[in-house]
Amino acid sequence: MRRLEMIVSRLAWFVPTLAGLVVIVFLISNVIPTDPVRVLLGENATPAQVEAMRIKLGYDQPLWVQLARHFRDVLTGNLGISIYSQRPISEDLAQRLPATLELTMVAITLSIALGIPLGVVSALRRNSLWDHVVRVLSVSGLAIAAFWLAMLLQFLFAMKLGAAPLNSRIDGFGPTPVTGFMIVDSLLDWDMDSLRSALSHLALPALTLALPAAATIVRFTRAGVLDVINSNHVLYQRAMGLPPGLIVWKYVLRNALISTVTQIGLIFGVLVTNAVIVETVFDWPGIGTYAVQSILQSDHKAIIGFTIWIGALIVIVNLLVDIVHSFIDPRGSR
Amino acid sequence: MMPGWRRGLGRFARDRAAALGVALLVVLIVAAIFAPILAPYPGDVVDFHTANRLHAPDAANWLGTDRMGSDLLSRIVFGARITITIALVAVGSAVVIGVPIGLLAGYYGGWPSNLLMRVSDIFLAVPQIVLAIAIAQTLGPSIENVILALSITYWPFWARLVFAETRSLKNEVFIESAIALGASPLRVMVLHVLPNIASSIIVRTSIGMGGTILTAAALGFLGLGAPPPTPEWGRMIAESREFLPEAWWYATAPGIAIFVVVMGFNLVGDGLRDFLDPRIRRGAGGSGAGAK
Amino acid sequence: MTALLAVEDLSLGFATEAGFASVLDRVNLSIERGRVVGLVGESGCGKTTLARAILGVLPRDSARITGGRVWFRGTDLLTADPEVVNRTVRGRAITFVPQDPFTSFNPVFTVGEQIMEILKWKSPRADLPAGRGWLPAVVSPYPPDRKRADVDAVLELLDAVQLPRPDQLLRKYPHELSGGQRQRLMIAMALLPGPDLVIADEPTTALDVTIQAQILGLIRRLASQRNVAVLLTTHDLGAAYEICDAVAVMYAGQDVESAPVDRFFANPAHPYTKKLLASLPRADGTAGGIPGEVPVLIAPPGGCRFHPRCERADGPCREERPPVESLESGHWVRCYHPHREVA
Repeated sequence: MRRLEMIVSRLAWFVPTLAGLVVIVFLISNVIPTDPVRVLLGENATPAQVEAMRIKLGYDQPLWVQLARHFRDVLTGNLGISIYSQRPISEDLAQRLPATLELTMVAITLSIALGIPLGVVSALRRNSLWDHVVRVLSVSGLAIAAFWLAMLLQFLFAMKLGAAPLNSRIDGFGPTPVTGFMIVDSLLDWDMDSLRSALSHLALPALTLALPAAATIVRFTRAGVLDVINSNHVLYQRAMGLPPGLIVWKYVLRNALISTVTQIGLIFGVLVTNAVIVETVFDWPGIGTYAVQSILQSDHKAIIGFTIWIGALIVIVNLLVDIVHSFIDPRGSR
Repeated sequence: MMPGWRRGLGRFARDRAAALGVALLVVLIVAAIFAPILAPYPGDVVDFHTANRLHAPDAANWLGTDRMGSDLLSRIVFGARITITIALVAVGSAVVIGVPIGLLAGYYGGWPSNLLMRVSDIFLAVPQIVLAIAIAQTLGPSIENVILALSITYWPFWARLVFAETRSLKNEVFIESAIALGASPLRVMVLHVLPNIASSIIVRTSIGMGGTILTAAALGFLGLGAPPPTPEWGRMIAESREFLPEAWWYATAPGIAIFVVVMGFNLVGDGLRDFLDPRIRRGAGGSGAGAK
Repeated sequence: MTALLAVEDLSLGFATEAGFASVLDRVNLSIERGRVVGLVGESGCGKTTLARAILGVLPRDSARITGGRVWFRGTDLLTADPEVVNRTVRGRAITFVPQDPFTSFNPVFTVGEQIMEILKWKSPRADLPAGRGWLPAVVSPYPPDRKRADVDAVLELLDAVQLPRPDQLLRKYPHELSGGQRQRLMIAMALLPGPDLVIADEPTTALDVTIQAQILGLIRRLASQRNVAVLLTTHDLGAAYEICDAVAVMYAGQDVESAPVDRFFANPAHPYTKKLLASLPRADGTAGGIPGEVPVLIAPPGGCRFHPRCERADGPCREERPPVESLESGHWVRCYHPHREVA
């Protein structure tokens, strides 16, 4: 029952949170000194042209009217037309979202596969050489600029060693687009060449995103495991002679994992943050590159649309994480 | 409390990681303050020598030259000024705005406080860089606008943090007795609540500086920072992209500079955490690339 | 030797930031089969450390055993093969009732799962594997017929510890139970493997006063029924009086006196014991104390560690630890100037 309450209350807050986001983003983009219309038309536009465009785009209306119109647009999914592609922004974003999602999910999986075992072993062999090396690496992983790491990996593996492709998602045409996820579509088509190509293209970008995330996961897992190892229930099990391997891999791990799950939401936020930049370096056709292109084109509405979508995505992911957490931790929210 | 402090300080001094962090920060500060003296070619911040462009590191240019022929080492040293300025002002203003708001909201409670915290939650729902991109793009490329974008998107974090801690402290007996003795709200907040949350604020400030520098560099990389020829590290990395893989030094040097500085802040922050309150769990609220 | 458990001259300490703390100094303790022995002393006297040393679960990083032996059924637990000790002694012949039953349960598993886990490995019906099973412990199977027998044993024992509706109870999580229920479960878990010795480390300290007496009584009753020896550490002399057959006193890491319970309370010999008993609140409401402070164990007093607070202390007390002096059957004391019985 408590779980249901939590879900309902979170869903209830979902709408006002996004609404607030829309308002804030709208205010940011409109209550400012620079003139978006002038930016749109460029410096050579005459005052008459500027005025005409202003009326056409509705910028002459009072602010609250603009806000109301904005809300109506957002609710109907109309985020405006991208200056660059001349297509509706929501269409652009929808088309590019699977690429970003696929990259992010592969990166999270990699970072968990790397981070949790390293964190557990690091805690078990506390203060050993292994532990020190892992800790140094994880502190370093948090200090590297993601875009720089991307360039570094590109330089090493693609340019110098030729071991991985330089950019984009796939060579050739790829599998029939059903879900937009290359891996899924390749398997649906049973197209092994495409699968291989997709995976090799995913390697470097996913690695770039996964390394800082893994560093965070290592830190949390290590702290979590250390906490549990020193707890009274582990002492009890040791005193009662349960096999040490059992204590660690069944009981300690479960407790530590539960606290790690709550951090997945945080990690996802970090991944999305970095994805925006890393996508540009790898020419990855996701919403991150779209955002960056929009910046360069001063495509105002596109940037606002992107911000709203990302906000919604993260709120949804956080809610999902909390739901999963409520299932696996019987103690309820603390 | 004195013997405890001294032992903690000793622990901090013996903590080699923290000492390394302090050393790195000292390098940063010295580079920033004494840039005109330390840089071999101080004029290269604005000057260019196209004949000399894209030279590998040698005796004349220890880190090589960039696409305009300017000495990379000098530009990086001057870039330290920009980095420090952004970090100090952005984080400083976020703290100066957010902490009092959090204190007031936590102390008084009621619907205005809850509303304020909901607003903060909205800001925090989106990664800082996403909002900062939107703001910086709107305002136009300049260092001031980067700082503005960063502080606007960072103060809610502090407000929320201080709000939560103030609210939980408010139920503590020593606060209740201070109020019962007739202390004014201002007194309670400044003399009683603030010292108790100070250690948490200090630790997160240090780690926050590191994260802010990474975010600022990302904004610079995207072209949202100061326009050329300002020697901003993120922008320099962006410029270097087209010259890879040949001019590897061009991309490496500013990246390492960023890494060194952020490491410094992170190590100092971790060391401060161990020193100020060993009970704060490691990793809870720790640093992340871009996350605070 | 007839004693089930005999701790012989055990010394150990912990490495701390400030130096090496000598927590146990040549401690002796013996427990006969089926007897309830109380180990009494102030907080920090080392009784919990002694309990953990017998169980073999001292903190691995900082604890160092500097001498002595722990004889159990003829084997020295300190020098025996650790893996054999873990399999055959811990959780089987010697079991444990912890101080805080709340934190001693893993919060994310049901109590039933945790009880069955103990039985899976420590049931009296389990064959002791000749060597290591080749499967890792996490995936070892639980033979279904033994499991059924074990479940029956659990339900029966839960009844014996007076827990109602055991099958429902087992499905609950630790935080859904009361302190008294959790401790009864702990007692059941300690008895299910059919041990020879139960080590109960301050089992009532974390409980409400009203429940303490019930739990103590339960321990006594079950121990007597099953002829199980109990080592009960406590700082509550009243508890020792209620249920113990013999009482041993520790001070600052040294054992100072041991006696059958009647003699202990009637004729305490060691000055510390006498002061302890005198400090119990009296019927008229007054209560005494013992002047002075417990010593810091990093630089403990030499000889008898109580000498700074003892009015009978003299030269030898400060130099050399008093040897064991046997006063009467089962009553010994380590003191140069014990209180002797008035003839």
